[in-house]
Amino acid sequence: MTGKTFEYAPAPESRAVVDLASSYGLFIGGEFTAGAGSATFKTINPATEEVLAEVTEAGEADVDRAVAAARRAYERVWGPMPGRERAKYLFRIARIVQERSRELAVAESLDNGKPIRESRDGDLPLVAAWFFYYAGWADKLEHAGLGTEPRALGVAGQVIPWNFPLMMLAWKIAPALATGNTVVLKPAETTPLTALLFAEICQQADLPAGVVNIVTGAGPTGQALVTHAGVDKVAFTGSTAVGRGIARSLAGTDKRLTLELGGKAANVVFDDAPLDQAVEGIVNGIFFNQGHVCCAGSRLLVQESVADEVLERLKARMTTLRVGDPLDKNTDVGAINSAAQLARIRTLSDTGDAEGAERWSAPCTLPDHGFWFAPTIFTGVTQAHRIAREEIFGPVLSVLTFRTPAEAVAKANNTPYGLSAGVWTEKGSRILWMAEQLRAGVVWANTFNKFDPASPFGGYKESGYGREGGRHGLAGYLR
Amino acid sequence: MTTLLSEATGSESALRRFLSGLPGVDQVGAEGRAATLATRSIKTTAKAYALDLAISMVDLTTLEGADTPGKVRALAAKALRPDPTDPSCPAAAAVCVYPDLAATARAVVGDRLHVASVAAAFPSGRSSLEVKLREVADATAAGADEIDMVIDRGAFLTGRVQQVFDEIVAVKQACGPAHLKVILETGELATYDNVRRASWLAMLAGADFIKTSTGKVQPAATLPVTMVMLEAVRDFRAATGRQVGVKPAGGFRSAKDAVRHLVVINEVAGPDWLDPDWFRIGASSLLNDLLLQRQKMATGAYSGPDYVSLD
Repeated sequence: MTGKTFEYAPAPESRAVVDLASSYGLFIGGEFTAGAGSATFKTINPATEEVLAEVTEAGEADVDRAVAAARRAYERVWGPMPGRERAKYLFRIARIVQERSRELAVAESLDNGKPIRESRDGDLPLVAAWFFYYAGWADKLEHAGLGTEPRALGVAGQVIPWNFPLMMLAWKIAPALATGNTVVLKPAETTPLTALLFAEICQQADLPAGVVNIVTGAGPTGQALVTHAGVDKVAFTGSTAVGRGIARSLAGTDKRLTLELGGKAANVVFDDAPLDQAVEGIVNGIFFNQGHVCCAGSRLLVQESVADEVLERLKARMTTLRVGDPLDKNTDVGAINSAAQLARIRTLSDTGDAEGAERWSAPCTLPDHGFWFAPTIFTGVTQAHRIAREEIFGPVLSVLTFRTPAEAVAKANNTPYGLSAGVWTEKGSRILWMAEQLRAGVVWANTFNKFDPASPFGGYKESGYGREGGRHGLAGYLR
Repeated sequence: MTTLLSEATGSESALRRFLSGLPGVDQVGAEGRAATLATRSIKTTAKAYALDLAISMVDLTTLEGADTPGKVRALAAKALRPDPTDPSCPAAAAVCVYPDLAATARAVVGDRLHVASVAAAFPSGRSSLEVKLREVADATAAGADEIDMVIDRGAFLTGRVQQVFDEIVAVKQACGPAHLKVILETGELATYDNVRRASWLAMLAGADFIKTSTGKVQPAATLPVTMVMLEAVRDFRAATGRQVGVKPAGGFRSAKDAVRHLVVINEVAGPDWLDPDWFRIGASSLLNDLLLQRQKMATGAYSGPDYVSLD
């Protein structure tokens, strides 16, 4: 009994709370409808490669129909509706999300591969919070400091990524609806399920037909949506390459555009940092959501004098990470979202080896099926390494060192991206100085990857433009 | 080890410098980490293991003015056989009493369990060193093989760390072969930074165990406080090679609390501390909840308070 292994027995969350259909149509004009063509695609569970459902691939005709439905709803119902009435729907949606949060969390973990602990304690509470927060703004827009008579833009075409499927949906839909716009949203092709469950929630909330439309598909569907002549506003979260393409195709039109793109955030640890919490912050910064986070702290900049100690503590902490079944309540790191992403992570990691950085992976047994990558750090990385410059979007941390605060700032800013950064020090004045120097949209001090609907989020440089969240998040949907 | 000890404890200014040079503890981060660990889901075989381990770590405690020899005898008997209906139930680790009842406890448990006695002007720590040492001598003479002393918080908080250090060294010496648990009274230290510094101070002075609370001050043991102390013993062993135990006390009511602490040991200090020699839980009513949960695991149904013995 005093044997010294405390093995946690499997503690799987029940799948029975989710009732998935075998196939899904497109959600247009308040109803699920078949696509004009016969094209479909399958969405799988990345932890097992099991097929979860068959989903319709929307073509140009379907996008056209969805935009027309959104336009009708905007002109006849949602646009003219007083803000206080719109708020009622948003509050109702928020409450239904809370009521169905367990079901939605399980569906998210099944489709995305993220641990149930994160979808249950992270994603879903934030999704509800986003709707509650923007519901509160709906009848107060003239007091938002955006003019005395702010008006909606019309129809918003929104394209979201696969890393936080439902949360990104909430970030997009909540402010758009609060400000009086209607939306056509395209979820990512590997994670369409929670958006389709959200369509059910719109029906359950009696949201007027056409206010929210969901079209599923891959790149061409997204392209058809963002370039559609009937779309007044495009909001995109995803890779910098795709974002750049969208910006190019929208140039010369009168469409409004906000982009939230990639990142290569520096997490800067000074020698006077609270070390145990800094190590937690490093782990949370890069291994949260398997590192599939645009604002992930993928570059650790640690002051030379504590580098060895921090690395030793970090490795010890990483050996306690529990990698495996996303539905197990004790899992810390789940599955990589897709075979394609896994291949990309492997390719970039291999360049780390080839360019002479030293790889260390947490000892863990990876499952035989599905897509997995052990939490990994590279030491001996310099600014010249590809793994210090390119976004890996996986559980891979590049460790660099610095000697002076000025060097930390120079290295942190030496990236084409500018989304987020972290600072770890017990010295308040240094936090403020660093926040001033760092060219990043979000700077976290003694924490990392913290989100709140009241706080604006967004980047500059190649991380995009526009802000989501907070009062600033309204601006992207008003004229 | 000797260099760290001699450098850190060479003078009061060196000691103060050493303690204030320890890495700080960010309150929000520490509490967040503890809260995340508290979400671990411990079921079936893992729960059975954890319940038995927790029972074997209990310092079954009574520290009331109203304690009687009869109550202590009953408590000692319960510590020996927590569940008389089930011989597979492990014994508790120790009985923890006031010095005048140490002999009574020892008479019941013989050499089968430890007898812990609070001493050194418990619970306030407010007396002269002479009186404290005399009380320790009394307790060990009466059969206590573990001494739970409390530090002088006034001295610690006003920066007289040398005084606290010297007092612990003296008490440790007076203990002889008995193990010394040093109570930090974390509820009065107020910050996690102080908890970490006091932990190191006690360990540098020779504590065999560091203990959170007397049970007379609220808040007593909390999960983040125990976590910070476990980080301290982990780091102290890495620096000196000497392993020190941890004892949260007070505030434990439910088996769930106990299991959460075992999770924190497992993931923060490491499995070496998952042992009654290195981790104790000072509690009284907790034991009954552990027993009820244990019976539930065995029978599949909850019994009730009449199926475990009153303290």
